[in-house]
Amino acid sequence: MGILEVKGVNKRFGGLQALGDVNLSVTENTCHAIIGPNGAGKSTLLNCLVGKLIPDSGSVMFDGQSVLGRKPFEINQMGISRVFQTPEIFADLSVLENVLIPCFAKRDGAFRMHAVEQVSSEAELRDMALHMLEDVNMADKRDHHAGTMSRGDKRRLEMAMCLVQKPKLLLLDEPTAGMARADTNNTIDLLKKIRDRRDITMCIIEHDMNVVFSMAERITVLAQGTPLVEDTPDNIKGHPKVREAYLGEAQV
Amino acid sequence: MLGLNRKDTTLLIAVAILTMFAPIILNPFPVDSAMAQFNAGYPDLMQRFVIFGIFAIGFNILFGLTGYLSFGHAAFLGVGSYSAVWMFKLLSMNVLPAILLAVLISGVFALVIGYVSLRRSGIYFSILTLAFAQMSFNLAYSVLTPITNGETGLQLSLDDPRILDGAGSAGSLPVTNLFGLEMRATETVNLGPWSWDFSAGYYVCALIMLAAFYLSVRIFRSPFGLMLRAVKSNQQRLNYTGLNSRPYTLAAFVISGMYAGLAGGLLASMDPLAGAERMQWTASGEVVLMTILGGAGTLIGPVLGAGFIKYFENIFSKINDNVLHTWFAVLPDGIEDFLVTIVHPFVGKGWHLTLGLMFMLVVIFLPGGLVEGGQRIGRLFRRRKGKQTDAEADASKTPAE
Ligand SMILES: Nc1ncnc2c1ncn2[C@@H]1O[C@H](COP(=O)(O)OP(=O)(O)O)[C@@H](O)[C@H]1O
Ligand SMILES: [Mg+2]
Repeated sequence: MGILEVKGVNKRFGGLQALGDVNLSVTENTCHAIIGPNGAGKSTLLNCLVGKLIPDSGSVMFDGQSVLGRKPFEINQMGISRVFQTPEIFADLSVLENVLIPCFAKRDGAFRMHAVEQVSSEAELRDMALHMLEDVNMADKRDHHAGTMSRGDKRRLEMAMCLVQKPKLLLLDEPTAGMARADTNNTIDLLKKIRDRRDITMCIIEHDMNVVFSMAERITVLAQGTPLVEDTPDNIKGHPKVREAYLGEAQV
Repeated sequence: MLGLNRKDTTLLIAVAILTMFAPIILNPFPVDSAMAQFNAGYPDLMQRFVIFGIFAIGFNILFGLTGYLSFGHAAFLGVGSYSAVWMFKLLSMNVLPAILLAVLISGVFALVIGYVSLRRSGIYFSILTLAFAQMSFNLAYSVLTPITNGETGLQLSLDDPRILDGAGSAGSLPVTNLFGLEMRATETVNLGPWSWDFSAGYYVCALIMLAAFYLSVRIFRSPFGLMLRAVKSNQQRLNYTGLNSRPYTLAAFVISGMYAGLAGGLLASMDPLAGAERMQWTASGEVVLMTILGGAGTLIGPVLGAGFIKYFENIFSKINDNVLHTWFAVLPDGIEDFLVTIVHPFVGKGWHLTLGLMFMLVVIFLPGGLVEGGQRIGRLFRRRKGKQTDAEADASKTPAE
């Protein structure tokens, strides 16, 4: 039994069957990749996992509990963090504040009325946030205005915001999309480092096949909302159905 | 000091000094001089400065931090005033219980109105708060006459029970006090051609405003304040980060409602009557203008905005054609009449026009309000001194300054 069990999930948008009978099982502390052409329904699947969308039918179990019907903040508190396809950060706040907020969420839960304490005296959380920023090579940018940074930096920041929570499951939606080459390499190095610690389950959507084959233990190929195959990277590479549906298009 | 960083402490001390010496600072012109009409050091005007300062400080906790624009905050101001007057009628002329009840009742109102209104965001939230406030206004004006005394407004009367200190007031209406210190008590000091009024009521309001300001600084710098700023920046991200934005925004709404109630209670404490017009949408709009004019999301902006607007309302509105003629009297008649005609629409009853123009200029050229104006001037000076580079000046412009 995996830490994440998706069974028979369907989602329609009007006439479009965005997800058709999706099954997915992700083993704890592994890295599972989801690949497939644009519009295959990959982001929609993640949306169903984090409470942004509610599937029309099917079940999503995380850590033995159903996530369906729960609000996004409750699902995050269960241990699922997500990096979005377009960076979702607090653009008006400083980089350090961006990382502090998830620290508070982790320590204090979904709501705590701490109106008289001062952020500046939370030494422990500040240390935690600063260490995280060091891990993603952003410590020197701690006082920057998050919204004015490059897209690559925003993505790395968002990743830091997710990682600092030490989630059980980290969902990454095309984490290197729109990044400069150097940024991509840094990001991949970081992700590999995290994977190698083996204390976090990762589910990654990625178009760069080099990244996918070097990171993932298992790969699910999604096409038109339905999983075609699920297998190890080596088997996926040679799979005729995959070549037809996806690799042919991506020109590996 | 007081758990604040150096910059905030400096700001707090500056505000404290300004409010404590306001009776002198606001009366810079000798009584007999032509400029005396620009003096603003009258007790009732100064009281309004600080009371509306409190109102705007509280509004800024909601609007400045979370970005939720309430168009109904005057309802809480009105509720505060009614509560306070009832306390004067039933219990005692001491302002303390009146103010406490005003804060409490407006907090309860804010909880109910906020709970419903915060189910929506953006323009729908604003409309909901506006609807609630207009409902309150109409209720106060007609249906709830037994509580609010409708059109006339709620006033003291000679047969009020006033259980704690009703006995001593035979024949004339009693006055509000703080443990015996009458709010209307005023000490006038004459020094040469100058005259300054030191009013007990003003100092009570000013001290409460300082406390309210200090609390708002603490809230701005607290984890709670950080969450509120996160709501404004990206509420979606906040929710996916495991934080429930609803109770945070509701708490901000209730706190700002209580600030409004405090302001309403103080208005009634200085002048014990409460009318429905205090709840009208124009009054709600005024606090929005104050906050934006001064600088939404800044610490000191709302106080500046409140002072600015109240000054215009009371001083510019008093400049009539006679006054204008005396100003331009030295000029030849033709030019004098011409100038009076030109200036006429902008002063006296036309003060709204001047205020409207200033508001437009500020919003277009200084989106950060008067505070941004001050910062730009400050930066200009620093550059002149040549000590600091641009980069340093920009670095000091951290978010939510
Ligand atoms: N909220 C939505 N409303 C309507 N259609 C949507 C919505 N979200 C996604 N879709 C559609 O569902 C399909 C799958 O989209 P998506 O999951 O984003 O694909 P991808 O695999 O590229 O991430 C697309 O055709 C997209 O247009
Ligand atoms: Mg996608």
